[in-house]
Amino acid sequence: MIAHSIFFYIFSIIAILSAIMVTVSKNTVHSVFFLILDFISISCLFIMIGAEFVGMIMLIVYVGAVAVLFLFVVMMLNVSLQKNEWFGAERGSSHIPVGIIVSIIIFFELIIVIGGWKFKPNLNPDSLNLNFISEKTNTHSIGEVLYTDYIHLFQLSGMILLVAMIGAIVLTFRKRSGIKKQSYFKQISRERSEGVELIDVEKNKGVKIDV
Amino acid sequence: MLESFNILFLEVYKILFLLLPVLTAVAMIVWLDRRVWAFVQKRRGPNVVGPFGLFQSLADALKYIFKEIIIPASSNKIIFILAPIVTMTLALIAWAVIPFSESYVLADINVGILYIFAVSSLGVYGIIMGGWASNSKYPFLGAIRSAAQMISYEVSIGVIIINVLLCVGSLNLSDIVMAQKNMWFIIPLFPMFVIYFISALAETNRPPFDLPEAEAELVAGYQTEYSGMMYAMFWLGEYANILLMCALGSILFLGGWLSPIEIYPFNLIPQPIWLILKILILFILFALVKAIVPRYRYDQLMKLGWKIFLPFSLIWVVLTSSFLLYFNLLPGSN
Repeated sequence: MIAHSIFFYIFSIIAILSAIMVTVSKNTVHSVFFLILDFISISCLFIMIGAEFVGMIMLIVYVGAVAVLFLFVVMMLNVSLQKNEWFGAERGSSHIPVGIIVSIIIFFELIIVIGGWKFKPNLNPDSLNLNFISEKTNTHSIGEVLYTDYIHLFQLSGMILLVAMIGAIVLTFRKRSGIKKQSYFKQISRERSEGVELIDVEKNKGVKIDV
Repeated sequence: MLESFNILFLEVYKILFLLLPVLTAVAMIVWLDRRVWAFVQKRRGPNVVGPFGLFQSLADALKYIFKEIIIPASSNKIIFILAPIVTMTLALIAWAVIPFSESYVLADINVGILYIFAVSSLGVYGIIMGGWASNSKYPFLGAIRSAAQMISYEVSIGVIIINVLLCVGSLNLSDIVMAQKNMWFIIPLFPMFVIYFISALAETNRPPFDLPEAEAELVAGYQTEYSGMMYAMFWLGEYANILLMCALGSILFLGGWLSPIEIYPFNLIPQPIWLILKILILFILFALVKAIVPRYRYDQLMKLGWKIFLPFSLIWVVLTSSFLLYFNLLPGSN
């Protein structure tokens, strides 16, 4: 049990410190790396409370995919050249009030959620009659709930993600002219008769060939 | 207190007992890779150091250790040094969940396959970090190519794993092996095995998909600025990843530590030997592919991953689940 709490404190301290470093660090790419460290330590915390499925999915989705995209954007747009000057600048940055407002809103939301448990005890997950001590692994139980009771919500969220994906593709898609693309079908279905053409060339005059 | 120290030492002992063979195996398969490659091309390959050149990798490692580590002046030093460490560590920690026999497994966790998938999806960071921190054009281009390639092929590997999991009904690697007691999954899921093999080649940046290191275009990709031991760590991490992909392939499709036929003479051979044999067979296939297939073009690579493998394996998921449902074979249904 002691080892458990030692590891808990190690991971939570790393999580909090790296969350602070995300906002403080001068280099934007460093911020993204601290964000990744934050994700990793939080998924370790998930694994420690026995939610191994959520922890692993967090690693795969957030660290393995989302953060890579963050990193790409930050590296490609050369955001790293704009130094983060929240604390170093002479006059205060205009981002700070916005950040404070957002964090206050999130803070009150958290208070409302946790306070809700106090005044309406049946919102508390502990008081629900969930069989936590069961033979099933939590992957199994998540799957059971997700694909039966919450199937409509699950499908709906899938549809929303699909729409978002299609939207992103439509927004960035552009047809470019003048580029050569390989078409396997065209290559294979070419025949000798259309590949070779005999042309009588007049003397001292070139020949125009359509490619 | 003393008891917990004992547990700690026992764990460290177990970890060393796993890591040292893995590292030795990595050194040996580098030699094997070069030998197979040479034999296909009718050369001799490394045959000077030790019997059959077996100690070639050790000699190479010694050479790398004694070479100077050069850190470019304009590089981001911390990340530059961290990158090979990340690659190497991630390649090694994934081995924790690989079951070598019924009882010999370091961490028999419920979500073993997800763990391997997560760790291999983290592997891209070592490459991005190395490419970006070098602060040079070729490494950065190589890193971006490699990241895009690894993410694309991870998607199809994930869908292939779903196919296997549909037949097993558990994410535990030992359960996956035990589910193949009657029939290895390579028989019902043969197309998936082929796609897994090709995706594993792309995922580990092996030829014919070694575009991140395409020497004709990108010098050496993300490793261009690295030298000495740091380069060797990238190299070891890469081969440890290849070995891991072979191990995963043999667990998912070739029945892991199960012997092919459960009759008398085959029973005597210990279970880890079977797993090692299967890993070796897969690895020799990897090496053969390297020797006989020319390099892909980058747009072909992306087309293959997204437009062919992903739809095909998705359709196969539907087919597998329909089949299992129709014949009432779904695990847990009976």
